[in-house]
Amino acid sequence: MTDFHNGLLAVKSDESNSSLSAITALNKSGAESFLQQEIPTRKTEAWKFTSLFNFTSNEEGYGRLAETHSAAGLDGITTIPALDAQRIVFVNGQYSEELSSNTDHKSVVRFSQANEAQQAIIADNLGTAIEQEKHIFAALNNAITTDGILVHIEKNEQLKTNIQITHITTPQAKPFTVAARLLIVLETGATATVVEHFASNDDEQNCFVNAITEVKVGDNARLNHYRLQLMQEGSIQMGGVHIDLGRDANYDSFQLGLGAKIVRNDINLNHNVGGSHCEIVGVYLPQNKQLIDFHSNIEHKVANCTTNEVFRGIMADKSKAVFNGRIHIHPDAQKTLAGLSNKNLLLSNDATINTKPELEIYADDVRCAHGATIAQLDEQARFYLQSRGISAAEADVMLSFGFINELLENLELDAVRNLIRPLLAQRFGRDEELMKHIG
Amino acid sequence: MLTIKDLKASVEGKDILKGLNLDIKPGEIHAIMGPNGAGKSTLGNVLAGRDDYEVTNGSAELEGTNLLDMEAEERARLGLFLAFQYPVEIPGVSNLEFLKASVDSVRAAQGKEALDSVTFLKLARAKCKLVNLDQSFLKRGVNEGFSGGEKKRNEIMQMMLLEPKICILDETDSGLDIDALQVVAEGVNSLRDPNRSFIIVTHYQRLLDYIVPDFVHVLANGKIVKSGGKELALELEEKGYGWLEDAAENGAD
Repeated sequence: MTDFHNGLLAVKSDESNSSLSAITALNKSGAESFLQQEIPTRKTEAWKFTSLFNFTSNEEGYGRLAETHSAAGLDGITTIPALDAQRIVFVNGQYSEELSSNTDHKSVVRFSQANEAQQAIIADNLGTAIEQEKHIFAALNNAITTDGILVHIEKNEQLKTNIQITHITTPQAKPFTVAARLLIVLETGATATVVEHFASNDDEQNCFVNAITEVKVGDNARLNHYRLQLMQEGSIQMGGVHIDLGRDANYDSFQLGLGAKIVRNDINLNHNVGGSHCEIVGVYLPQNKQLIDFHSNIEHKVANCTTNEVFRGIMADKSKAVFNGRIHIHPDAQKTLAGLSNKNLLLSNDATINTKPELEIYADDVRCAHGATIAQLDEQARFYLQSRGISAAEADVMLSFGFINELLENLELDAVRNLIRPLLAQRFGRDEELMKHIG
Repeated sequence: MLTIKDLKASVEGKDILKGLNLDIKPGEIHAIMGPNGAGKSTLGNVLAGRDDYEVTNGSAELEGTNLLDMEAEERARLGLFLAFQYPVEIPGVSNLEFLKASVDSVRAAQGKEALDSVTFLKLARAKCKLVNLDQSFLKRGVNEGFSGGEKKRNEIMQMMLLEPKICILDETDSGLDIDALQVVAEGVNSLRDPNRSFIIVTHYQRLLDYIVPDFVHVLANGKIVKSGGKELALELEEKGYGWLEDAAENGAD
């Protein structure tokens, strides 16, 4: 037990206990688990390439909640233009009535507002998709979460309206913690689209966002899940998504890592019953001195499931990215189809990527492919552009943009693509006016 | 327009062009034919400025400016255009964006302002129509998933947009069916102009039925071994290249 541990646990006081016994029980087991785990260092295998020094060495520590939660001036960064969604917005960890627009309390509800039936769903599911002893920041979230969001879609319901859950941060007098928790439960045959969105105002940030999402996709159900990290560079974010898939369930997700000083996302998915499919696409674009780390672990526990995972990153300046993609195919997981691709571009000599695909296969009748590349831009493509009068420098920018844009083209939600494209365009200096015509 | 003198070039240490001379006047169409491995594609690539080729001797002047010292993009801005034998697919970069960046760059070099997006879009759509490409091709990634014929038509469309002074078509006819060949030929013919010249690199005489050249040259073993009028193409079609290659080897050493 260290100051670091105690400091982070201090954000939760006895007075802030939830009235739900399931949450107080989770808090207790989370705290126990968290205290048993050492602070990850470079010697911890899962953290080998991701130094937390800038986080753990902060003298003031992050062990307090925000003091202010003003919604003033945040409207612009809260909305995703043209996204037809009911929106739940938190400012510095606190629910903002003013910025939110949710009316369908049957599908989306805060834990603290849950009715009896919803409380039962929380009790049945919260924490069940997470192996907290393997994920120190999930254990922390279990320990300190007091409220969160439940998305619950009933059997065979096709939810038409998208759900947007936004966390906005603004700087505080002292560094602070935001514990964000989301539980998504889709019953048999249900479908929904959930957009998680992390953003901040433009000022220098001093938050630590500990964001954990749990996803339970029932038999034949389908979740379309977006997780967009668009914070300013001062932020720190630790957390991830933990997913359980039922029979013939579908999980389709897009992850974007654009902001923050240090980001660590653990994506853990379990093919639990059979016939399920997951599609995980991710993009990370660190610049300056940012560090973005995606660790994914897909467990094929049973037969006839498929996984397609594609991550691409571009590292600029002195930034660093870490990608670790593990696919674990258990002895019973015959007829598994799994693909993992990770491609990276380094834009400067000072940028770093540590990529490691890990396929562990214990079944014999499976088809798996994986590949990780670290490349410079394609010479043929560059010459083609140059031969049309485009300078080498501009060609590089266009090709970098294209490398990422290719993955955006398949996004189902136009509004998300239209939110991200200008950000990319800005970063790669493209003509925004023209992009509108491409749409 | 374009004067090539004693041009020698190698790739990976292997000599490909071994002293090539060619003088092209404004408005002329020159066909370059020859067997595989003669250096036909090398000529186009060397003129366009591809890095993989090392120029070891000679000059290539476009209206008095030596191209060989310039970057590829500078040559393009000066008015040289190479229609690729194998146009490159660039997923994620839309054709429209690519075309605009290209036209903007060339216009800027000519001291002209960039076209606004709407004007450019209209222009690009009009050119699409001319080469019989659906407008949807503007939104797709550059050449991404295009058929062979669509790629070649996309090349011709670029040529139309850039209005170059010297156009080099590198085996543009390869892999084209007869309809696509006609579209490509019509595109080229529509660009014929007293101030614009063409080099048509081809394997077969067929394309020259549609684009009638002023001169036909045979490139063999890195040199032009025979030149003539359009009737030379017919003769080659009949007799093949063997007799000329033999002559070139005997004459060369």
